[in-house]
Amino acid sequence: MLFQPVNKNYHEFCIDRDPELCINCKVCIRQCSYEAHFWDDARQKVMHDNTKCIGCHRCEALCPTNALTIRNNPSDFRSHALWRPVFLQNIYKQADTGGVLLAGMGSPVDIPIYWDRMLLDASQVTNPSIDPLREPMELKTFLGAKPRRVEVQTGKDGKPELKTKLAPQIALDVPIMFAAMSFGAINFNLHRAMARAATETGTVYNTGEGGLHKSLYKYGSHTIVQVASGRFGVHRDYLKAGVGIEIKVGQGAKPGIGGHLPGEKINDKVSETRMVPIGSDAISPAPHHDIYSIEDLLQLIYALKEASEYKVPVSVKIAAVHNVAAIASGIARAGADIVTIDGMRGGTGAAPAMIRDNVGIPIELALAQVDQRLRDEGIRNNVSIVAAGGIRCSGDVIKAIALGADAVYIGTATLVAVGCTLCGRCYTGKCPWGIATNDPKLSKRQNPDIAAKKLANLIRAWGHEIEEMLGGMGLNSIESLRGNRDKLRGVGLSDTELDILGIKHAGR
Amino acid sequence: MKRVYPNKDYCIGCHLCELACVTAHSKSKDLIIAFREERGKDGLSPRKRVFESGDISVAISCRHCDEAACVAACIAGGLRKDPETGRTVYDRDRCVGCWSCLMACPYGAIRRHPLESKIVKCDLCEGREGGPACVAACPNQALKYEER
Ligand code: SF4
Ligand code: SF4
Ligand code: SF4
Ligand code: SF4
Repeated sequence: MLFQPVNKNYHEFCIDRDPELCINCKVCIRQCSYEAHFWDDARQKVMHDNTKCIGCHRCEALCPTNALTIRNNPSDFRSHALWRPVFLQNIYKQADTGGVLLAGMGSPVDIPIYWDRMLLDASQVTNPSIDPLREPMELKTFLGAKPRRVEVQTGKDGKPELKTKLAPQIALDVPIMFAAMSFGAINFNLHRAMARAATETGTVYNTGEGGLHKSLYKYGSHTIVQVASGRFGVHRDYLKAGVGIEIKVGQGAKPGIGGHLPGEKINDKVSETRMVPIGSDAISPAPHHDIYSIEDLLQLIYALKEASEYKVPVSVKIAAVHNVAAIASGIARAGADIVTIDGMRGGTGAAPAMIRDNVGIPIELALAQVDQRLRDEGIRNNVSIVAAGGIRCSGDVIKAIALGADAVYIGTATLVAVGCTLCGRCYTGKCPWGIATNDPKLSKRQNPDIAAKKLANLIRAWGHEIEEMLGGMGLNSIESLRGNRDKLRGVGLSDTELDILGIKHAGR
Repeated sequence: MKRVYPNKDYCIGCHLCELACVTAHSKSKDLIIAFREERGKDGLSPRKRVFESGDISVAISCRHCDEAACVAACIAGGLRKDPETGRTVYDRDRCVGCWSCLMACPYGAIRRHPLESKIVKCDLCEGREGGPACVAACPNQALKYEER
């Protein structure tokens, strides 16, 4: 341990090993995919190298004697409000490498989180609250275009029947869906677990841009299949396999940036599903090379509707960016049945850190504006709105619905449920929790039986909480809350922010 | 009968099952004391072993075979089948340390006691509340204690 590159010595984490507790069992050595722990022959004990630790907490979680604590390195440079340590560290790194800084998961930057600045209403004497344990509570949601009005006629048997032909819908028992995470970016064990959990809880998961493995077609009634710019794994059977098709134009974590699945992650199963050779990089370009206008998008939407015989709704997913409301209006007019807006706090396996931290806008603002614009234009019924990008709890879900969403996607929360500690190193392929990796030794860490149960538990738990909160507001269905902004109040927000969100300040 | 079935597809090679085994069979029932002291002093060692090769790892312990090769091989009556539970039971007092069982076991599930001329083998944590300790400790449910 003599001189090392300076950069290395400014390590982010420290491994604390309590000598009273450590029994040198080597579990930490076996669990650390970054080789931070090792057996030291000279000292005859387990030792560690702080510079290698990336802060995934896997060793801490598995140490049988709780001997380990992973802490942030307390040596935090001289305090400076402008030059926070992260800026120095980034510069040191780039001065060494000359490369673009890569990052995984959502942006850690401190932009306002409007969820935390909004509060829900609760009913008191004038309209009583409802106890969801005693009275029925409806969380069922349908995604897809709704008719402007419905006509009913009397059937031959004298019973009323619907005359209006309804557009295809995706029925959800809870307004929470598993977000698009491709097979390849996450491994097969987890893809299968998501499919199973979605089926069990009556919701859907999204294949992401990597196609759908044949063995998962049986979960098709709970699957949304994605078509991204790379067109990986897209073919007729795939388009017909799910209950919805999503065209991915943009992604909140990296708006305007394409995808790149490194060759190391393309094993035989991924290759078969994506229809790319084993070991070759799978690159999705930033733009769809057949979409340069709303008219082009319309062409693709109808091409996909043709291919799937108009049996499933087509969604368009965009990142939350400036003028998102106008863009969403164009998407609605181009024939999409669902528009998905992904805010800047969405996660991803790998993004240039500067894009992730500086591009896009928070989902709360985008959602409120899109809902308002579509309503102002009288076309809100033409599309369902799905919000994504940084939904952390059932409170966020219910606020999103009050702001105008029909349903939400959860991505990062899904991964956290199966162990992810947001270490942000997904792009290394060494995910210590066996999530963002196809390494056979690491992906085994996700037993699909356990993962499916955890995911289903999460959806159920949030569902119960949503019921409780709805009941507290005196509402008995999620439909009654949608876009009902009177149920929200802001705290500590400026007039402009309140105006964009379309809510009153608390106290009013 | 209920047996411990390992699943190599989900065994992550952490060896926590071995640690649980050691603790369950220690005098102190304390992982730290068992591992630090009883291992050296009493020759306490796990009755199951995690075998690894490349990406594969799997935890092997006595299968409690119906027609147990070790029982057939035992010259001293130290191993026998319990007709009621179906378990392959070890009688330490009768064992003479000839290692016939060890050579006969097709799974390599029997090991030598590190200090004495005796063997070490899985007893399914006889009498332990909650069943075998290894199964309870496995973080990835790679061990199942069930009837198949
Ligand atoms: S896992 Fe815990 S007890 Fe085992 S060697 Fe590591 S720190 Fe020590
Ligand atoms: S990288 Fe993860 S497993 Fe390795 S020492 Fe750091 S926290 Fe522990
Ligand atoms: S998915 Fe894995 S690598 Fe990515 S942040 Fe989570 S734990 Fe880290
Ligand atoms: S505890 Fe489970 S996962 Fe760990 S080595 Fe034993 S059987 Fe394998």
